[in-house]
Amino acid sequence: MTNGADVRALRLVDVSIGLPGRVLIDALSVDVEPGRIVTVMGPSGSGKSALLSWIGGFLGAPFEARGELFLGARRLDGVPAHARRVGILFQDDLLFPHLSVAGNLLFGLPRAIAGRRERSAAVERALDEAGLAGFGARDPATLSGGQRARVALLRTLLAQPQALLLDEPFGKLDAALRADFRRFVFEFARRAGLPTVLVTHDAADAEATEGPVIALS
Amino acid sequence: MRNPRTTRFGVARGSNALRALASSLLFLMTTGATAAPETRSWDAITAAARGQTVYWNAWAGDERTNAFIAWVGDEVKKRHGVTVQQVNLKDTAEAVTRVVSEKTAGRDRDGSVDLIWINGPNFWALKDKGLLHGPFTQAMPNYRLVDVTNKRSNVVDFTVPVDGLESPWRLAQVVYVYDSARHRPEGLPRSINALLEWSRANPGRLTHPTVRNFLGATFLKQALYELAPTPDVLQSPATEATFAATTAPLWAWYDKLRPTLWGAGKEFPESGPAQRQLLNDGEIDMLIAFNPSEAATAIANKLLPPTARVFGMANGTIGNTSFVAIPYNAAHKEGAMVVANFLLDPVAQARQQDPTVLGNATVLDLAKLSEAERALFAPRAGVVGLPRPGELGRVLLEPHASWMTRITAEWEKRYSR
Amino acid sequence: MRLAPPLTITLFLVPVAAGLIGTALPAFGVLPAIGGRAFSLEAWRALFAQPGVLTSIRLSVQIGLLATVLSLAIALSFCALMAERAALRRLSAWISPMLATPHVAVAVGFAFLVAPSGWLVRLVSPELTGWDRPPAGLVTVRDGAGLAMVAGLLLKEVPYLALMTLAALNQVPHRALRMSTAALGYRAATGWFKVVLPLVYSQLRLPIFAVLAFSVSTVEVGLILAPGNPPPLAVLAARWFADYDLQRYFAAAAAALLQLLVVVALLASWLAAERIAARLGTAWCERGVRIGWTEGLARIGAASGAVTFAAGVAAIALMLLWSFADAWRFPAALPEQLGLANWRAQGPRVLGVVADTASLALCTALVALLLSIACLESESRRDHPPTRHAMWLAYAPLLVPQIAFLYGFQVVLVQLGIDGRWLAVAWSHFVFVLPYVFLSLADPWHALDVRYPRSAAALGVTPWQALWRVRVPMLARPLGVAFAIGFAVSVGQYLPTLFAGAGRIATLTTEAVTLSSGGDRRVLGVYTFLQAALPLVVYLAALIAPALWFRHRKGMA
Repeated sequence: MTNGADVRALRLVDVSIGLPGRVLIDALSVDVEPGRIVTVMGPSGSGKSALLSWIGGFLGAPFEARGELFLGARRLDGVPAHARRVGILFQDDLLFPHLSVAGNLLFGLPRAIAGRRERSAAVERALDEAGLAGFGARDPATLSGGQRARVALLRTLLAQPQALLLDEPFGKLDAALRADFRRFVFEFARRAGLPTVLVTHDAADAEATEGPVIALS
Repeated sequence: MRNPRTTRFGVARGSNALRALASSLLFLMTTGATAAPETRSWDAITAAARGQTVYWNAWAGDERTNAFIAWVGDEVKKRHGVTVQQVNLKDTAEAVTRVVSEKTAGRDRDGSVDLIWINGPNFWALKDKGLLHGPFTQAMPNYRLVDVTNKRSNVVDFTVPVDGLESPWRLAQVVYVYDSARHRPEGLPRSINALLEWSRANPGRLTHPTVRNFLGATFLKQALYELAPTPDVLQSPATEATFAATTAPLWAWYDKLRPTLWGAGKEFPESGPAQRQLLNDGEIDMLIAFNPSEAATAIANKLLPPTARVFGMANGTIGNTSFVAIPYNAAHKEGAMVVANFLLDPVAQARQQDPTVLGNATVLDLAKLSEAERALFAPRAGVVGLPRPGELGRVLLEPHASWMTRITAEWEKRYSR
Repeated sequence: MRLAPPLTITLFLVPVAAGLIGTALPAFGVLPAIGGRAFSLEAWRALFAQPGVLTSIRLSVQIGLLATVLSLAIALSFCALMAERAALRRLSAWISPMLATPHVAVAVGFAFLVAPSGWLVRLVSPELTGWDRPPAGLVTVRDGAGLAMVAGLLLKEVPYLALMTLAALNQVPHRALRMSTAALGYRAATGWFKVVLPLVYSQLRLPIFAVLAFSVSTVEVGLILAPGNPPPLAVLAARWFADYDLQRYFAAAAAALLQLLVVVALLASWLAAERIAARLGTAWCERGVRIGWTEGLARIGAASGAVTFAAGVAAIALMLLWSFADAWRFPAALPEQLGLANWRAQGPRVLGVVADTASLALCTALVALLLSIACLESESRRDHPPTRHAMWLAYAPLLVPQIAFLYGFQVVLVQLGIDGRWLAVAWSHFVFVLPYVFLSLADPWHALDVRYPRSAAALGVTPWQALWRVRVPMLARPLGVAFAIGFAVSVGQYLPTLFAGAGRIATLTTEAVTLSSGGDRRVLGVYTFLQAALPLVVYLAALIAPALWFRHRKGMA
């Protein structure tokens, strides 16, 4: 817990989210340290997805939201979604169907990595590491569910986010795959030191995070 | 959405608009006829014409007429060294306006318009203001060939005497087209009353274009000629008194005719071509047309069955002539007269009569031609449907334009459901 | 991007508004250009003094209502029974191409199909009827009751309403509902009409209104199929606008304004009738009758739908046949001689017309598409859910009779000095192309999972990039279809080309209408076929191109 680590923490300060006439989340303050995973649980309609959307910068009408969001020293609320450097994984893999696997991965790769060869090499390396060597030219629709989930995760991580949001990303996977993939994701998050927020209604997911759980009513 | 058009025969439409134009320019005009009869000899005229370029202002809406004008230009170049340049008009009134503007601007010589294809109200507008060169037709050698007895429209243009101020070149005459495969020539009606009988005997086989169309109005005008108690009154403007009395027999006749018409007289084809379609389809057997070679041209284009033929009324049918006139300030009067004279040459008249070229009737009196010249007018081999020479009867003069306006309005009032 | 919606609204609603004013003023005597300065009711007196004007009004209303009610009944029956009948399902795949065919082309072909000397009669003559010439006294096209025009309108309106119904059905659990009603003992169509229709009707309302407005006030179809003595009100107004006597403009404007009032009155009556129908319908549902007329009527309706479709195809095919015919006289069912003469003769001239038509259609469809994308994106960015007001706004030019505002708009164009030029015609077309393009694109746009652009944003790409690299490629097929629809709408425009172009710009549709009253069906066949083929080719290309481009991407199919 050095100062450098605090610079990359995700902090929610006094966040309230509601619909006209209904309060969903009231004055919530949370600190998510880098590499730690905070779980948000609650019944449907309790506002957990709304919270994720707010952090990501996607919350719009009819929701109303108040509060402050910090990523390290940067204040994020008010910054447009694409500038926040916050990655998000959904329940569906949402791979772009018109691009190949490599195309999807290249899509999120930061501009800083320049030159076709460098960029392709980076994508290849990532695929190798994930056990998907040679899948670059494939059509995403021909991959299995588990493979697509892994590519989605790779895509998110290749964009070098500074925080990670997980919106029930294991929901569509069958039991066997679920545990593996979950371990995969949490390993990456911890190793990369990303503050992560997980939304789920599965208690097993919450346990595996070994992190704090926030229960919404 | 206005596309000003003239009819195929050069009659400028919208005479009301033109009268408005003419009267609004009245105060700009200095009146006074400038009668300057052409007194030079023909040789002097042709000599002066050599090398001139004649700007012939003509309505350009028909491809075949444009092609004919081009041919005239070639011939006149060969024979007299005169070049013809067609100036395309959408409406003859444009040329009239140009001459009037030049007069107003004081441009009494070197005018931009040398020759105008003209008739009817446009001619009257120029003649009335003294803006025409002439009389000049008496100086042209071919003018003596023109038929001025049986084709009175050559000397009276929509009730206005020509007085040598314009030269005729093509004639339109009302004919009736029928299918000779279904009706023998002996059984054809030769008078308006006979037409009624014929239609009664053949219900649903006769029609006419809607009277808003020029041809449809002509159907009624033609009938009016035979049914009016005193046809001469048609040459004067129609008044409340004369109109009612003169047209009463027409409406009585039409009331009897209408139920026997195609579609029980409730619906009428919108135009001449639409009417022709009905004959081609076999829905009707007889129709009215304004061109004696209508059948021949249509047969050549496969728009009518090969058995289509034409006939006229015993007492003659309405016709009107298209003329060419020379503005008083034309820069190339001599060249213009040479062109006008060539238009009356039997070679030119025979060519324009050919249904594959123009298919118009000739303004000449064939009796005044030599044997060789008359032979030019015999139909070419393989051309069917032309009327035999002399088959069509006299040319009756067009009534005053006011009759047509009133007839159209009255017809709409009586017969719109 | 933020400017897109106001810019679009300006471009396509201002002509309508300005046009209405520009037509309303002369209707009350104000038109300085030809001497009308004082407010007066003279134009209205002249209008009602016209012999047969009441018949004209009655004819318009009759044709409009009958066409709308019939096309609605047939389209609904067709959709109701579609789940049951595989044949109908197969037929429905052809609805969209039928929509791409301009109304004029179909009307012209239909006129030949049903004329007394037309193809249907020729089929049975002289063998069955003994006729060697068309029977005297038989009146089909231009009949006094306007039935020929109603039938001609049905050919395109049935597919249009069927397509709108199918689109609306996708948003409603109609299969589950049908299964429930079947379990309750109701037969297919009865169940559908009692239970599914009330759910989808509200989405059909605007398309129905568009059909009603068009049927009552169309000029081009009226010129071809409606009686001329007297004609429907809109045709009468168009005649007067084209009259050489400029003083007629006042009465023409009055007639055009009257046409607008008639349409408004009919729409209001329809809304009132809906209430009554709703009450009657509820009572009908509650009576619980299982067996009644509905099923039989629906079967007739669906069969009629198949017939209208066949008639539409036949109409175009016949005109194609005419274009190759050398001679084709009654009672021959097929041309006696075929040849390429017509195509060769028309070749040079028709190429120019095709070029003009295609350039107008391409540009207006493209601009409309880009502006629609911009508007929808702007809406998405501000996270506004699509409002109902947007729908009514988009439909506005389709509900106002064209004749009621095109003259006024022409005056505006003259003031701007672009009257008679290509740009003026393009703008006029745009006013009608945009609504169709926007409406065609809106549903697929909103159906695209919003999480895709969100994922893109989370990956760090700007909204602009997310639009062009994610949303647009994923919507490739709907974009193509919307473009093709816009193209077809532009090709089919008649009055806008005539008014804005001052008669100087010829498109395939204006030429076809002019030729339809001429005597030569062979030339007409050439123009009609091209008029039908051009949008169809673009439509096929719009379907094939994305499929080809993304052929290695199964997820895009």
